[in-house]
Amino acid sequence: MKRTVLLFAEARQATGADRVEVDLPEPADVATLRRELSRQYPSLASAVERAMFAIDAAYATNATVVPPDQEVALIPPVSGG
Amino acid sequence: MISLTPDPIDPNHVAAAVHASEAGAVVTFVGTVRGTTGGRETVALEYEAYDEMARTELERLRCAAIERWSLIDCALAHRTGRLFVGEVSVAIAVSAAHRRAAFEAAAWLIDAIKQSVPIWKCEHYADGTTEWVHHAT
Repeated sequence: MKRTVLLFAEARQATGADRVEVDLPEPADVATLRRELSRQYPSLASAVERAMFAIDAAYATNATVVPPDQEVALIPPVSGG
Repeated sequence: MISLTPDPIDPNHVAAAVHASEAGAVVTFVGTVRGTTGGRETVALEYEAYDEMARTELERLRCAAIERWSLIDCALAHRTGRLFVGEVSVAIAVSAAHRRAAFEAAAWLIDAIKQSVPIWKCEHYADGTTEWVHHAT
């Protein structure tokens, strides 16, 4: 299945895009998403390694399943405040 | 009150949002853009946010602080976009019956905001270079 992943900060800069499409097997968890993102977008690999992921605007773990219909975002190390 | 805004933040407005007659203490924290970092001169900071999730996280932290310290009220405001040295990036105001809770809650909130809210800061240095900041863990 094709999933859109929102990109921010250094990840957005690395690809020049605020989102990318990634091909995922079904079902897929965040661990799989990491692997596939790095494989399909090598320029994102180091960002993926340092990033958390959010699904439906909430932090996910590597074991969280990537659902077909919710927003997925790559969250680089945050630096707000 | 939760605010994520590209507009300048007025700390007085944030403090006013938590005023209550039962409050014996109002503590305000204001984060400002510092002119030097690591010996390098900063010209500007650019803040980027995952808006929807940043608002959700700010609200979650606000509720957590209110519950943990029995606060009367709590207001959080964070700015996005380009900020110059001296400008306000974040403002926190808490009101409580007594000062200990207010001080502790405000201190906890700024640390928690820095740790989990999906907002990113890019330093623009005087030498023309830019750098996405990674907080020391």
